[in-house]
Amino acid sequence: MHELAVCRSLLRQVERVAMQHGADEVASIHLSIGPLSGIEVPLLEQAFSIARAGTVAEGAELVTSLKGVRVRCGRCDKESAVTVNRLVCLHCGDWRTQLVSGDEMELTRVEINIPETVN
Amino acid sequence: MCDTCGCNVTPGNENLVQAGGKLASTSSGRDSVEVLHGLLHENDHQAQHNREHFERHGVLAINLMSSPGSGKTRLLEATIDDLGRDKRIAVVEGDLETERDAMRIREKGVPAIQITTGSACHLDAHMVHDALHRLDLDAVDILFIENVGNLVCPASFDLGQQLNVVLLSVTEGDDKPAKYPVMFRAADAVVISKVDLLPYLGDFEPDRARRHLRELANAASLFELSAQTGEGLGAWCSWLLAQIPQRDQAAVGERSFTVTSA
Ligand SMILES: Nc1nc2c(ncn2[C@@H]2O[C@H](COP(=O)(O)OP(=O)(O)OP(=O)(O)O)[C@@H](O)[C@H]2O)c(=O)[nH]1
Ligand SMILES: [Mg+2]
Ligand SMILES: [Zn+2]
Ligand SMILES: [Zn+2]
Ligand SMILES: [Zn+2]
Ligand SMILES: [Zn+2]
Repeated sequence: MHELAVCRSLLRQVERVAMQHGADEVASIHLSIGPLSGIEVPLLEQAFSIARAGTVAEGAELVTSLKGVRVRCGRCDKESAVTVNRLVCLHCGDWRTQLVSGDEMELTRVEINIPETVN
Repeated sequence: MCDTCGCNVTPGNENLVQAGGKLASTSSGRDSVEVLHGLLHENDHQAQHNREHFERHGVLAINLMSSPGSGKTRLLEATIDDLGRDKRIAVVEGDLETERDAMRIREKGVPAIQITTGSACHLDAHMVHDALHRLDLDAVDILFIENVGNLVCPASFDLGQQLNVVLLSVTEGDDKPAKYPVMFRAADAVVISKVDLLPYLGDFEPDRARRHLRELANAASLFELSAQTGEGLGAWCSWLLAQIPQRDQAAVGERSFTVTSA
């Protein structure tokens, strides 16, 4: 639902990066997404294919790396790989855990093309 | 009140606000810029700015979220009846299609700003900021922001609030926290609403809702209440009162704020 809003925000950031580095074209945009971010990657890709039209990222590829959900236990200090709705320690069963990864919603890298000589 | 902060992003100052990222070459010879930005960077920046407004004015700002019809506006009406004489309450209404909820609040003698931006499915920090500038924050102790009825998107958009409160009405089922983990993980308090209807339902177990919430590693306070009968409203209102920032602390915040922006 809100993937289009997220996508527009993403594209504004990408355009800013491209402009600051004098790029005329963006080749690829790299994201890091966790399932607890609330972003559905297929919906984001769909929104991207619409929103990129007419921007410097028109021909860009969207590359998403999906993060797993991991928690660290506040009681036994061990890490567990868990699912989105059971953030419970797999070693001792305690629910007082800290999220280590899984809520990422980040732009990590942009590959751009900078024209050789301008003058 | 914004001009003093200097952090409004304009084309002229945006490079001060955020670094452009580090340029490097990839093995394929392409130019690659490493950045590390939240996808909602602009919203997050605006939210931080809203938070500064709240802190400067000693306002407790609460983002109230739930499915459509869980009883957000009704809870606000009941809360105003209980606390409205002692505390100055204001409401920002995110009911985007109509003015109805804002009118219900105004009938209680409380200022209510309606956000009207068409049929968005969530509020964002910019919409809330526009509303803030239509309120006298010095005359507000608690600001409720009633978000759009939706358990999905509003969780992703920081508004600058200090606290998230999520309503779960007993007619929705006690497994909602397991179905909407992003929303319920973000909750600082969960209100199980419409408990006067429990006898007619039979299969909603408040303890099961609590267990699902704990399984999200969330220690949030839970309140079981009925805005209709007033049952459980006392505990909710006491909790709210305990969350209001101390005024003298807010004054200290104002001084340091002036120094950093100079
Ligand atoms: N029985 C009962 N009904 C309630 C209670 N609280 C709210 N309702 C009813 O539930 C319906 C929806 O309540 P609202 O307060 O408008 O819900 P809302 O969450 O603000 O709805 P939206 O803004 O449209 O998302 C109304 O008919 C209320 O009268 C309650 O404690 N008990
Ligand atoms: Mg309402
Ligand atoms: Zn453990
Ligand atoms: Zn402002
Ligand atoms: Zn600002
Ligand atoms: Zn939305």
